[in-house]
Amino acid sequence: MTDAAIPAQGAATIRRAGNRVFIAGTVLLVVWVLAPIWLLFVNALSAPSEVTGFPKSFVPSFDFASLSFFFGFAGVTKALWNSVQVAAVTMVLSIAIGAPAGYALSRFDFPGKEAFRFLVVMTRAFPLPLLALPLAVMFIRTGLDDTILGLALVHTTLALPFAVLITFSLFSGIPVELEEAAWTLGCTRPQAFFKVILPLAAPGIAASAVFAFVISWNEVFAAAVLTIQNRTLTAFLLQSLDVSPLHLKFAGGAALVLPALIFIFAVRKYLFAMWGIANR
Amino acid sequence: MAVIEIRGVAKSFGAFTALHSIDLTIADQEFMVLLGASGCGKTTLLRIVAGLETPSAGEVWIGGRRVDHLPPRDRGIAMVFQNYAVFPHLTVFENIAFGLRMKKLPQAEVDRRVTRTAELMHIGQLLKRYSGQLSGGQRQRVAVARALAMEPDVILMDEPLSNLDALLRLEMRAELKGVLAASKTTTIYVTHDQVEAMSLADRISVMNGGRIVQAADPVEVYRNPAARFVGSFIGNPPMNFLPAAPLGAGRWQVAGQSFAGPVAPAAEFAIRPEDLHPAETGLAAEVRVVEPLGPHTLITCTVAGQPFRAILESTATPRPGDVLHLAPVPDRIRWFDPETQKALT
Repeated sequence: MTDAAIPAQGAATIRRAGNRVFIAGTVLLVVWVLAPIWLLFVNALSAPSEVTGFPKSFVPSFDFASLSFFFGFAGVTKALWNSVQVAAVTMVLSIAIGAPAGYALSRFDFPGKEAFRFLVVMTRAFPLPLLALPLAVMFIRTGLDDTILGLALVHTTLALPFAVLITFSLFSGIPVELEEAAWTLGCTRPQAFFKVILPLAAPGIAASAVFAFVISWNEVFAAAVLTIQNRTLTAFLLQSLDVSPLHLKFAGGAALVLPALIFIFAVRKYLFAMWGIANR
Repeated sequence: MAVIEIRGVAKSFGAFTALHSIDLTIADQEFMVLLGASGCGKTTLLRIVAGLETPSAGEVWIGGRRVDHLPPRDRGIAMVFQNYAVFPHLTVFENIAFGLRMKKLPQAEVDRRVTRTAELMHIGQLLKRYSGQLSGGQRQRVAVARALAMEPDVILMDEPLSNLDALLRLEMRAELKGVLAASKTTTIYVTHDQVEAMSLADRISVMNGGRIVQAADPVEVYRNPAARFVGSFIGNPPMNFLPAAPLGAGRWQVAGQSFAGPVAPAAEFAIRPEDLHPAETGLAAEVRVVEPLGPHTLITCTVAGQPFRAILESTATPRPGDVLHLAPVPDRIRWFDPETQKALT
């Protein structure tokens, strides 16, 4: 072995060690995220008797007893329907308000633009528990308490910053020349928007809508405080499941997580775009 | 019939003045090139004519109609953008048909015009494709076809060839010239490429610092620059400039030689590199670099301490360090006022 080979070998050792750290880190992160989800689904899809057992089998026994009992449980389907309604209204409101704001931010220069962008994000800085009591009082006075619309309004304020930011980056990614070309070819500004910009932005807007849906779907605090009769699924589970057996909790958890997971997975490309790391 | 008149058009962005009161008339069916370095205001001027930018002052008239308050769609213009702006969600056919559908033309007329302009631009076989399936050159052709299909009075082009590779640019340049001449539209074409400007233009407007320095036909702009900037910007290599000392009665001493010039308090001597030839007497030039280019040889030298270039016959074989005597062609010598930078006669 020559002298020159020794540093080369040293570098290789370091590279291999670096690789091992990288792989270990990756595995750790993946397990960190996937283990709870795996536990949730294994337990939800196992027979009630198996839930407390240990060790777990990697593949669940696909016993639907817990799930079917859960869905047969009084109030679950109503809560589920409430959740869907609130999330749907949130979705529509977030896009109806958020997309025009995102378009304005990307296309126009107006005084206070930077301040506006900052304020949009600032809405997330107020802890909801702080706002809950005044909100509840105000809602009771205006008759919005315990209604789908009232809760959807609160969820819209939570989802709106994301809707604005996602659509902002979406519209910014569409060259302004496409719009200008449409104007020179006979379009008014609204026509150019609907004929050129909207078709190009539609998938991203849909993604942003789905994200608003998921935010509302997963939100529990406002839902628990502001509804009594018309509980959403999260609020319902919070209220009733702490007194239910373990296998029911897992079934409820799985029922909550699954739609959110599927939706987020479907629109992941656009959520990355929000943070500016999408390849245009 | 579409004469374009630009009257006192100015544009400022905050404290920055992009255009200082531009006056320019472009004749019907004329091919006008706005030429200048980046940031000279040429694109801003084009966008004001298009209606994509609002002038801070002044008027724009197209075909005898004042249009500066009208949106782009009411100006009878079509525009070709630097990055083509071909709609990615539409096929080539629908791209070309886009403006025609906005005009609500009958389907038969749309078909006829799309087919005709597509044939003209040699993209007839691409009509079903999407922009993502096209090369840069093909997208360029779609953009031009889309503008031509509108049968506009005026076509505005914003550096349409600058994103193409050199060979394709050469090919498209010749093709554009033919197509636009046949279409009988008035054209304003923005470029920073002087060769493109010279080869395409009926008239070139050389712009600098938000002003039109000279508007004339290409040969005039090349031979008789109205200002020092024009001489230094156009021509590759550009004009040579040398300081001149007055000898009185319209005679000037330049690098030890006496020349007849204008009667003026001060002047700067200028000559194009190709208007020099080696002679017994002339400007003493110390050769620094010799570049044989085939048809001719480019000599970079020093005259009176100033950098100086000459284009000589390729039979000339000076070596670095030699001293050449370069005699200027007398009627090609130009003079500029060092104060105002304007041409002196």
